[in-house]
Amino acid sequence: MVTEGSDTRIVTPRRLGGRIPLILLSVAALVFPWVFEDAHTQHVLIMIFIYGLMALGWNIIAGYCGQISLGQAIFFGIGAYSTSFLFANFGITPWIGMLFGVAVSLVVAVGIGLPTLRLRGHYFAIATLVIGEITQTIFINWEYVGGATGIWIPIVWDDPWYTFQFHDSKIPTYYIGLAFLTGGLAFTYWMERSKLGLYFRAIRDEPDAASSLGVNLGRYKLLAFMIAATFASLAGSQFAQYILVIDPDTVFPLLLSILIVLMTMLGGLGQIWGPVVGAAVLLPISEATRIYFGGQGGAEDLMIYGFLIVIISVFYPRGLFGLIERLIKRRDNAGS
Amino acid sequence: MLAVNYLNKSFGGLQANQNINFEVAEGEILGVIGPNGAGKSTLFDLVTGFEKPDSGDVLFLGKSILGLRPDQINRLGIGRTFQKLKPFPQMTVEENVMVGLMQHVSQMNEAREEAHRYLEFVGLIDKMSVYAHGLSTGQRKRLELARAMASRPKLLLLDEVTGGVDQKTVPELVSLVERLRTEGTTVVLIEHNMKVLMSLADHVVALHLGQQIAYGRPQEIQAHKQVIESYLGASYA
Amino acid sequence: MTREIIIQALISGLLMGFIYALVAAGLSLIFGLMEIVNFAHGEFMMLSMYTTFWLYTLFGLDPLFAIPICIALLFVIGVVTHYGIIRHILDAPMLVQITATFGLAIFLRSLAQFLWSADYRVIDDPIVSGRIEIWGIYLGLPQVVASAGCLLAFGFLYYFVNRTETGIALQATAQDREAAGLMGIQTDRMFALGWGIGAACVGVAGALISSYYMVFPDVGIIFALLAYVTVAMGGFGSLIGALIAGIAIGLIEAAGAILVSPAFKYGIIFLCYLVVVLLRPKGLFGRF
Repeated sequence: MVTEGSDTRIVTPRRLGGRIPLILLSVAALVFPWVFEDAHTQHVLIMIFIYGLMALGWNIIAGYCGQISLGQAIFFGIGAYSTSFLFANFGITPWIGMLFGVAVSLVVAVGIGLPTLRLRGHYFAIATLVIGEITQTIFINWEYVGGATGIWIPIVWDDPWYTFQFHDSKIPTYYIGLAFLTGGLAFTYWMERSKLGLYFRAIRDEPDAASSLGVNLGRYKLLAFMIAATFASLAGSQFAQYILVIDPDTVFPLLLSILIVLMTMLGGLGQIWGPVVGAAVLLPISEATRIYFGGQGGAEDLMIYGFLIVIISVFYPRGLFGLIERLIKRRDNAGS
Repeated sequence: MLAVNYLNKSFGGLQANQNINFEVAEGEILGVIGPNGAGKSTLFDLVTGFEKPDSGDVLFLGKSILGLRPDQINRLGIGRTFQKLKPFPQMTVEENVMVGLMQHVSQMNEAREEAHRYLEFVGLIDKMSVYAHGLSTGQRKRLELARAMASRPKLLLLDEVTGGVDQKTVPELVSLVERLRTEGTTVVLIEHNMKVLMSLADHVVALHLGQQIAYGRPQEIQAHKQVIESYLGASYA
Repeated sequence: MTREIIIQALISGLLMGFIYALVAAGLSLIFGLMEIVNFAHGEFMMLSMYTTFWLYTLFGLDPLFAIPICIALLFVIGVVTHYGIIRHILDAPMLVQITATFGLAIFLRSLAQFLWSADYRVIDDPIVSGRIEIWGIYLGLPQVVASAGCLLAFGFLYYFVNRTETGIALQATAQDREAAGLMGIQTDRMFALGWGIGAACVGVAGALISSYYMVFPDVGIIFALLAYVTVAMGGFGSLIGALIAGIAIGLIEAAGAILVSPAFKYGIIFLCYLVVVLLRPKGLFGRF
């Protein structure tokens, strides 16, 4: 706990090292696939981008706005199904499918959010969780979109930028993922410095006080929920175009919603970089354990996830960023 | 400016407000007194839309504001503080104040500058980049005041401004409220400290067990038999 | 569809409802005490089921006799969870409380898969088996025994919470932590006790249903989901609410399975939950 009246300044990017690390990181991200040509490493990076984008969205509804949605997989799945379904059945380019997915996700987000965002605390969390389960059940039984077997996206070799299928190299997928993630980060950065971010955090910290200061709780919670849905939907579309086979169990599971929560927690909730850092730590751990244990489906990676999350929640609830912040403060104190 | 017309509110079997009826004129300071559980905070909740009355009406600038949400009422020009302080703990003092301003200005920098004026006013300017959870109780009270002022209310409802702060801070907070009036804000003030109330208020409403037992000038209230029995008697005897 | 089938389904649903009620009661007790939702509740149940399974497989101990062992073991697990995890996050933001117990759930589930694989296990020859006929309705004896056992355990729990001194101290702690502390109740021990009892509830339920239910690492998920719904419907912290909502959910499940489709039986329950919670945000019997 911080003692009363003590100096508790915000850690701004400058305090965390300034622009230079950011530029270095960007350059590193850009040249990465040319240095590490190994497909497996690139695969891990692509997954970090995709999950990182989804987690960025969750960070906005939960980390900034304080509404704990445990149903983000709903929108990931809608994004994945939209592109896949339109392409497999009508040959519509996934780029349009992606927009369609976002549109559907927004409509669904309003449909879910309007009634449930009035609920407080656990009731909202559990409501989103069960709506996620209902959605998965619906898709498993919805034969028109493939039922339990899902959708196999037809493999096409021509015109990769139209079909959003890159069979020769992972590099285009990598850059697309990187671009979307950068967009997500830029949006979060802008949002944090805008009225929107101010309102979201006010709602998170003290909803009553926020509404006494003219903040329309319903409208802004819904807005945060819609932003989160958009991010998840875009991530889902990319995932589908990358894996090319989707079914309800891979794009709608509860575990996916939870995974996003864990990533964000690990990195640092309500921190711009939190979700990305979390994804960048968790996914390689998952891959490494899978390789180490030979991928027998023994769930070793999840075991480590679960353990890590308990430790983080109990001892470092502000995630890795909170840890870094603490170290910096110690360094500052030692220096002064 | 504000007219409270025969408000009734009960929670379960408990009558929290019963036929509360008074008016607040523009530019005045109205004091609300009553022992704990008299229904003072409930009254504020009814006026600011956090609770819905069972019957009665609340008029602000001649129009009923019944049924509006708290944010709508704030946008009409009623600001408030809370008895149980509700700062935004994980936001800086500056950001706390900026929230109320965003309905009036579009630029963050503009809001920041104006926020500094309110922080200057309440004497918290040197704490502006501190997280609110790091403030003392007295500082939180000032922060709530600055934050409510930042929504530029015409009418400000202050819930126990001097409650729970040390004796040295009380006169400073009192002079802040006086300055509010000179700057043209109408104030309704819940106050336990009789001395503070006598020096500040133009009129006083006394509540007891949800009922309005007196309304009048401070001197009249001080001399009111029922008030002395129920309130002064209880805590000053 | 004959009348017998409907009556049979409804009675099975009722029996299932008693089990849901006990599972939910454990969850509700913990929530009522400290306003923390134990997202590892289903995994506790899974551990109880595996315990029963291994006692049977390795030592030939019948599930019926495994019950006391499961109660003791789960009680200890609950208490350890409190001292190891929960005590440190009592005043933490709700999100931290959610992720801590969710993390525990994921850890336990994958630990089970790691140690015992994802295979489905069955106890092939328990003492209580076969089925009975009452007025032309056939019911599995294990189901009847499990439900009766859960109802009995629920009765014990209700008696304990409302009639014993410790139970009343538990309620006092639930209502006002500070006041209870001032009255000399050691609240931390009450919390530990609450976790012990809450976990012991699924200890009983897990042991009882192992004689007819598959045992596998993910088995707790659906029970936990239904328990959240039960508790949210009945009102967090209300035991009677848990009982009534548990029975309601058992009946809805059975009715949904025959009237709509077995595939949607849980979906229908979740829909009912949403309707209830949206109309009455604090649940049917909510204290908070």
